[in-house]
Amino acid sequence: MVAEAEPPAADAGAAGAARPPLLRLEGITKRFGELLANEAIDLELGAGEILALLGENGAGKTTLTNILFGHYEADAGRVLVADRSGRLSPLPAGRPEAALAAGIGMVHQHFALAHNLTGFENIVLGTEPWWRPRPARPGARRRIEALARRMGLEVELDRPVGRLGVGARQRIEILKTLYREARVLVLDEPTAVLTPQEAEGLFATVRALAADGRGVIFITHKLAEVEAVAERVVVLRQGRKVADRPLAGTGRTELARLMVGREVREPVRRPHPPGRPVLELEGVAAGSGRDRIEGLDLVLRAGEIVGIAGVSGNGQAALAALLAGLLRPERGRVHLDGSQTALSSPRAAVRAGVGRIPEDRERDGVVGELDLASNLALERLAAPETSRLGLLRRRAMRERARRAIEAWGIRAPGPDVPARLLSGGNMQKIVLARALEAGPRLVLADQPTRGLDVAATAFVHERLLEARERGAAILLISEDLDELLSLADRIGVLHRGRLAGPFASSALDVPTLGLLMAGHEAAVPTAGVAA
Amino acid sequence: MIRLEPRAAAPAWLALAAPLGALSAALAVATMLLVAIGIAPFPALWLMVEGAVGSPFALAETATRATPLLLTGLAAAIAFRARFWNIGGEGQLYLGAMAAVAIGSGAVEAPPILLLPLVLVAAALAGAIGALLPALGKVEAGADEVVTTLLLNFVIALLVQMMLEGPMKDPMGLGWPQSPPLLDEAMLPRLVDRQRLHAGLLLGLGLALVLQIVVARTVWGLGVRAVGHNPRASAYAGLPVARTTLAVAMLSGALAGLAGAGEVAGLKGYLTADLSPGYGYAGIVVAMLAGLSPMGVIPAALLIAAVFVGADTMGRTLGISSYFADLVVALALLFVLAGGLLLRYRIRLARAMP
Repeated sequence: MVAEAEPPAADAGAAGAARPPLLRLEGITKRFGELLANEAIDLELGAGEILALLGENGAGKTTLTNILFGHYEADAGRVLVADRSGRLSPLPAGRPEAALAAGIGMVHQHFALAHNLTGFENIVLGTEPWWRPRPARPGARRRIEALARRMGLEVELDRPVGRLGVGARQRIEILKTLYREARVLVLDEPTAVLTPQEAEGLFATVRALAADGRGVIFITHKLAEVEAVAERVVVLRQGRKVADRPLAGTGRTELARLMVGREVREPVRRPHPPGRPVLELEGVAAGSGRDRIEGLDLVLRAGEIVGIAGVSGNGQAALAALLAGLLRPERGRVHLDGSQTALSSPRAAVRAGVGRIPEDRERDGVVGELDLASNLALERLAAPETSRLGLLRRRAMRERARRAIEAWGIRAPGPDVPARLLSGGNMQKIVLARALEAGPRLVLADQPTRGLDVAATAFVHERLLEARERGAAILLISEDLDELLSLADRIGVLHRGRLAGPFASSALDVPTLGLLMAGHEAAVPTAGVAA
Repeated sequence: MIRLEPRAAAPAWLALAAPLGALSAALAVATMLLVAIGIAPFPALWLMVEGAVGSPFALAETATRATPLLLTGLAAAIAFRARFWNIGGEGQLYLGAMAAVAIGSGAVEAPPILLLPLVLVAAALAGAIGALLPALGKVEAGADEVVTTLLLNFVIALLVQMMLEGPMKDPMGLGWPQSPPLLDEAMLPRLVDRQRLHAGLLLGLGLALVLQIVVARTVWGLGVRAVGHNPRASAYAGLPVARTTLAVAMLSGALAGLAGAGEVAGLKGYLTADLSPGYGYAGIVVAMLAGLSPMGVIPAALLIAAVFVGADTMGRTLGISSYFADLVVALALLFVLAGGLLLRYRIRLARAMP
């Protein structure tokens, strides 16, 4: 049931004063077999407070929110939520509908929207009694529009969600929770899909929500975001709460150390002059629909990393598929060391010395049910070190896998364990080992650190820089602008399939990249059009 | 309240116990129906056991019944490994049987020593083509092979009837819709005197062994597993996904076709429209019980055959319809599928909230 009243506005001006608690977790403990996912976690969220929940992958953030939202039931501990009068009462465990009714709203990383329905229909979906033929449109509509105005969530309500951009879809998700009168909002890695400008808009919304007396839990592993939006930070590590403190006075290095448990050193790119051209694209058009590139000119030289920035869905997938050998150009020419047919198929690309790191390691990188040794050998099954006369050389494969486990620091019990049992970071190490072990001359790294924690990200960066030192030409497609700026020698920006640049990365910064990503050609730095 | 939580890896004993548990549960539920109509359960079950394994004759009969199940079980196992859901084993079996008759009943002049190999090759080829058509539909047009292979079964069943009433009708058959008999040289040799057991069993056992090696030890077998579990990652790594699917479909169809040849050339000697009591479908149960392992198909086929033979004996003695065996087999499939859930998830009982 949806009441027409707005939740009471708390006194947001009284920063620093004791806020009435909206939510309290007491001693939450959750075990999955051997793994202790959450251990005696206490947490309190006040009205009008923005709390950053920081932690690496596998630190227990998702488990904790799943317990909060009733998807899992805690083994011990309880969740207390304030009712309308501000009195805390325990939430029945393991019931999402109870969490919803108590005013807890969750915006997942992967949105839960029906693409064929409009934004408005998605928002009211499920809040109307089933026997009513049409939703009570005028009233609901007025409420949604008022909410959107007040919280800075302007969005086209009458377009099918499938035709909206990612930022707009996220705004609809947030409106959906607000329409259901959520007073506690949990945002799970909300900026992963946004441009820097969109992220700024989201931060403004989060601040407006807090000013309105709601509590926001902002889950992230990006330290810059914590500083941009939160007042207090809770750090989880290996299922335990290791810090709960106001942000003021806590530096970024301190947060990183708390999160990882030790110092992490990011590798540094040492400047050196690039070598001969390895890959040349001339006027290439390929792909279909939104994932299309048009008139693309690009030269990659030995020993350099060229970064590609852009909002997802602006042609990156087509460019990546082209280099991976999955897509052939309709027009234009692709030269790899002078040869034009080198990338006609994935197999040909491998043979031509292209090391490929796919965007989605679980979808395109590894076969989860196959063991580690097989996954490492998958690109070169016919090679003499893998097979003889069509028969697999299991012993040699295992031996090679053992060496890779050692050399790449893959945390796995052995070469026979199915890849699906490994963590994301270790899975990515399999993909890296497969792509880089043979010493490729061209490397395609498509979102190589997406979803990885700080330590694993540093590891990937180190290996990419190593390949660069060795003389490989590397195309790095990434949504993480800080990653691009620190790793790439030059950066190009894809917008609607057209490439601006690449420009010397020393002449770029995050705001400029953001403008280029939004299609403002005027933002082109005049100084840095590198040769 | 019951909830499911994913588990990392199923313990080995559970992977073995799940199929046996499924079959036992199926028998238990089916036996409850016997109890419901007033039949004492344990003597009835004992009759089944005796009928299936109680004498040399019973054992030979069980092995005879296991022969086609072995081949259709292998057909389903290899196809399912590549996630090609071939439900058309029954139709492919009949295609193989028709090809066996076409070659083996004297239409083709061949040296006697070559006739039997020719019959088997023709049957395998016919079955392979029967599975290739839906596979092409899947690869080229995205047609769902569950639908196409299943429906082809009915098309082929009608084709068999048409042939038996027309071009393949035995002129000496007194008007019965049956084919002319195979020449003696085209028949599979008997393994035991005065028993129905024939060399098709050895063929099935040998093929199970070969397929086990192919699946576990060859580059091609690894490709089949990779394509089955994750076609996108396989394509990315450079494996020929479409070609693998087509090849697996043809192999699967060929195995089912051989099952048909075995029934004609090993047992009956001629083709009728009731050659198979659903061996193609039962092969799916066999493959699932075997966990899609080729060597596992051997015990699974023997177990299912024992259920069929045992239920026949029990049914004759107690006057129960022979559909009892079909019931047990169908229930076994349901329980195996439920058991698969147990292998992937841990079941937790949780307190319901007031």
